[in-house]
This record gives sequence, C-alpha cells and structure tokens, in this order.
Amino acid sequence: MSAFLNALPGAVAQGIIWGIMAIGVYITFRILDIADLTVDGTMSIGGATFVVLSTSGVNVYLSLLVAFLVGCLAGFATGIFHTVFGIPAILSGILTQLALYSIYLRITDARSNVAINYRNYNLLLTLHDIPKAILVASIFAVLLIAVLYWFFGTEIGSSIRATGCNLAMSRANGINTSFNKVFGLVLSNGIVAISGALLAQYSGAADINMGKGAIVIGLAAVIIGEVIFGKVFRNFALTLVALVLGGIIYYVVITLVLQLGLNANDLKMFTAIVVAIFLGVPYWRAKAAVKMRRNKKAEAVTVGGSDNA
Amino acid sequence: MLEIKNVSKTFNPGTINEKKALNGVNLTLNDGDFVTVIGGNGAGKSTIMNMITGVYPVDSGSIVIDGIDVTAMSEHKRAKYFGRVFQDPMNGTAANMEIIENLAIAAKRGKRRTLRYGVSKKEKEAYKELLKTLDLGLENRLTSKVGLLSGGQRQALTLLMATLQKPKLLLLDEHTAALDPKTSSKVLSLSKKIIEENNLTTMMVTHNMNDAIEYGNRLIMMHEGRVILDISGEEKKNLTVEILLHKFEEVSGTEFANDKVLLSK
Repeated sequence: MSAFLNALPGAVAQGIIWGIMAIGVYITFRILDIADLTVDGTMSIGGATFVVLSTSGVNVYLSLLVAFLVGCLAGFATGIFHTVFGIPAILSGILTQLALYSIYLRITDARSNVAINYRNYNLLLTLHDIPKAILVASIFAVLLIAVLYWFFGTEIGSSIRATGCNLAMSRANGINTSFNKVFGLVLSNGIVAISGALLAQYSGAADINMGKGAIVIGLAAVIIGEVIFGKVFRNFALTLVALVLGGIIYYVVITLVLQLGLNANDLKMFTAIVVAIFLGVPYWRAKAAVKMRRNKKAEAVTVGGSDNA
Repeated sequence: MLEIKNVSKTFNPGTINEKKALNGVNLTLNDGDFVTVIGGNGAGKSTIMNMITGVYPVDSGSIVIDGIDVTAMSEHKRAKYFGRVFQDPMNGTAANMEIIENLAIAAKRGKRRTLRYGVSKKEKEAYKELLKTLDLGLENRLTSKVGLLSGGQRQALTLLMATLQKPKLLLLDEHTAALDPKTSSKVLSLSKKIIEENNLTTMMVTHNMNDAIEYGNRLIMMHEGRVILDISGEEKKNLTVEILLHKFEEVSGTEFANDKVLLSK
C-alpha cells in the first residue's frame, strides 16, 4: 500500500500530461465526431521535436512552440487526406501515423530514442521533481482549457462544433465543413504534440514508441472523465477539466493494478479491454432500452388484439 | 429571379442502379413567387431542391439566381442565397447545441465568421423576441439543447433560422411530412406567415395535394424528372384535387403514383 502511495504523485503528474493529450482527442473524437489515429504518431514527433531542438541549444519555450507546429502539420496532412483525397477519416489518420514513423527518424537522425538530461537543460518539468511537474502540467492544462473555452464560444469555434454535430445543417448555413474538419484536426494534433513534448521532458526522453496506443489512453481519459463527471460537469470548461481528471484517474488506476501484480507487459491489453467495455456500455444500454420498449408494446398488442383473433 | 435551364441529373450512371432523376428541367421563378411543388414517387422534387442548393453537382444545364450563376459554386458558398428547411427535423438544427447557438449560427449565414463571441447580449434579446413570435415558449429555453425539442418545435426553429438572414429563395422540402397532422398544419401556417411578412420567394415541396393547392400563387407538378404542369393565377385559385389528378393523367398518360399523396387526399 505504501508503495502505491509513493507512486501516487508520479501517477498524478503523468495523468495531467495525458489529460492534455485527451483534450486534443476530445476535439476530434467528440466535437468533430472523427476518430483520429494520427495522434499516436503526433505524440512521438512532438516529443522528438522538443528533445532534438532543446538538446541543440534552442530555448525550451521555442522548442515547445515548434513541437506544437509540427503536430499541427501532422493534423493538416490527415485533414487533407480526408477532405481533399476523400479518404475515410480513420484511414487518413493511419496513413499519416505511418508517415510520421519515418519523419520521427528524420527528426532524430535515425535514433529511435533520444534522451534529454534534466541536469543539463532547463526543462519545464521532470520526474525528479514531481511537485513541480504537477504544478507546471496543471498550469498548462488550465491555460489550454481557458483558451479552448474562449475559442469554442466564438463564431468560428461554434461553426466547428456545428460541423461535428450536423453536416447538412452546417453547409445549409454557409459553413465550410471541410475547412473546419481540417482546422479541428490541426488544433487537436498541435495539442497532442505539446502533450508529447511535456511527456518527453517528464520522462527524460522521447521514444518512437511513446505514442503507441496514445489514442486509446486518450479515449480512456475522455470516457472516464465523461462517465464519472458528465452528470455534474455540464459546462464546456468543466467538461475539459473532467478529461484531465479522467487522465489522472486512469494513471492512478494503472499504478494500482501494477502494484496489485499486473504484468506491465499486459498493460496495453488491459487498457484496450477497459476502453472497449466503456465504449460498449452506452450502446448496450440503448439496445436494452429499445428491447424494453418493444416488450411493452408486444404486451399491449396481445392485450388489445383479441378482436383480431 | 431563379432560372433553372435544362438541368439534368442521373444517379449511378452506367450501373444497374442508374436512375435518371432530372431530365432537362426548365423553370423560372419570379420575385415573390410562392411555388408549391408536387409529384409522384421519384418525380425529382427533392433532387431539384438538391441541385439548386448544390448538395450534388448537376450533370448539365445551369442554375442562375438573381443573375448570379451558382451552377459550379460549392454548397456552403451558395448557402448565402438560400434558406432551407429539410424533411427530417433532425437535419435542420444542431442537436448538441443550444437554441440560441443555433440561431447565432444561422444569423451568420453568408457572412464572415470571426473570433467574436458567438452570441452578443443585443443579439440575445433580438432572438428572444423572434422566438416569442413562434408562440412555442422557446423564448424561455434559450440555452436548452435543441435535441430536447420535439420535431415540430425543431421545424419551427429551423424555419426561423432559414429566414433570419433574408434569403433570396426559401426552400421547404416536405418540411411537414414527418410531423403529426396538428403540428403539421401549425408549422405550415407559421411558414405562410413568415413568407408573407418577409415577402419571400419560396419553393415548397409537399406530398399533400390540398396543401399544394391551398398555399402559394403557383403550383408545379413534376413527373419523371420533368416539370409537366405549371399552374398559376386564377387557374391556380380554382384548382381542386380532382382537377389536378385529371390534368396529371392527361399530361402524363399514367395514373398518379404516390401513396402518400393519395392517402392524404
């Protein structure tokens, strides 16, 4: 138990960083209604861009900005595949993700893992100072939520929400839905790249596999946040806060199950199963509701149908 | 004001599902016309609406509105000329967004969207007044999600949205077909009121012969992708369902085939 308590602060810090990633996933998955698989690759190149730039002497904030822009470019590529090439969104994301594997190796000069030592560089956060890491990650999360809350309330932001909600209505009201989809993908992947850059600093390295399954972890945070806080947090800003809390809860639970003896190698399978179940629950619920209604109707027919016999 | 010249459209050409939806349609609408469109199954009523608004591109022909050729214009660009209400109440509004947000989006149709806040205080008051005219109590539910509204309420709201920015042409595509009779007639009279108050040029597709006869100053009937009847003026005023069915059989040489229309006769 004490081992779990010791690991708890680290879990919270990682949870917030993944919560930021989850906010990116939320923009595509919930607001635009697109499952964007680009993010797995974006996470890695966000981290790699940051590490490579920082270790070559570039200011950390500038490195972070460039990582953001590289992420935006990745989202742009997926958006173009989807809207200009007419490729289904999921496949567009997979294509970009594949290409990003090569781009990662270009960025890092063919090294699959690039390290950055917190002693030699002035990093924003590191796992060697967890309280500070939690503070810095929280500041990033709060700033991001504030900016997004403002943005999605503007005319342009509203038109993006409408695009995800109803394409026919959006076009009928003069909204360029293709542009909005690309814009959402760009924004989302930029945010994910920032999360990758923060994670690389936290763990002291960027790795070509650090984003593997990122979409699933992001979805886990989204779903946990929605299921636990959805009833209470109705406001958009609070919904985003719920995502970050979802990320924290996810990492706390992961830390707990690892302490309880789950093999770390089985972790991804565990995550996949948990997310699959949580995605399934609303579907099953709807199905059960339909069945119940049908049964009630059938009863009514047998009762009132004796005349026809 | 609207000129449809020789517009043709074939869906799935060259396959066994080939369907000639429009077959050289010619139609000119005058300013202030309120045209009702009626026709059998697959006559091309909805297709002509979709051609005008650019949901699908035309195969040939041209569509000109107020001297502007919109034939090659994308759907969202030409949206500034048209107000639209769809058959499916789900289609015209964004369910996950608030009533007031939907109105704000409609208010920006054809205008540049900026980084200004979506709904200003002044707009809020104006929308409240507008919603009052619907007499559905929606003015007290400004921040309710549209998904919570009934089909009739959603169609009324869509109607308001379609006319918030005065359109050059209002297109109503069987917009009461999915509603119960009482709500349907309520939405219809509301449509009439809005059209008359704003003097809107309107095209209304309907499956109800009585409505087609009762509303508007002009009635066109479509059959096999063509306009086969175009009745206006005194002749329109004296029209009855029997005369209309008779005329149809005369012109087309077949019996009228639309279950919905015949049932609602």
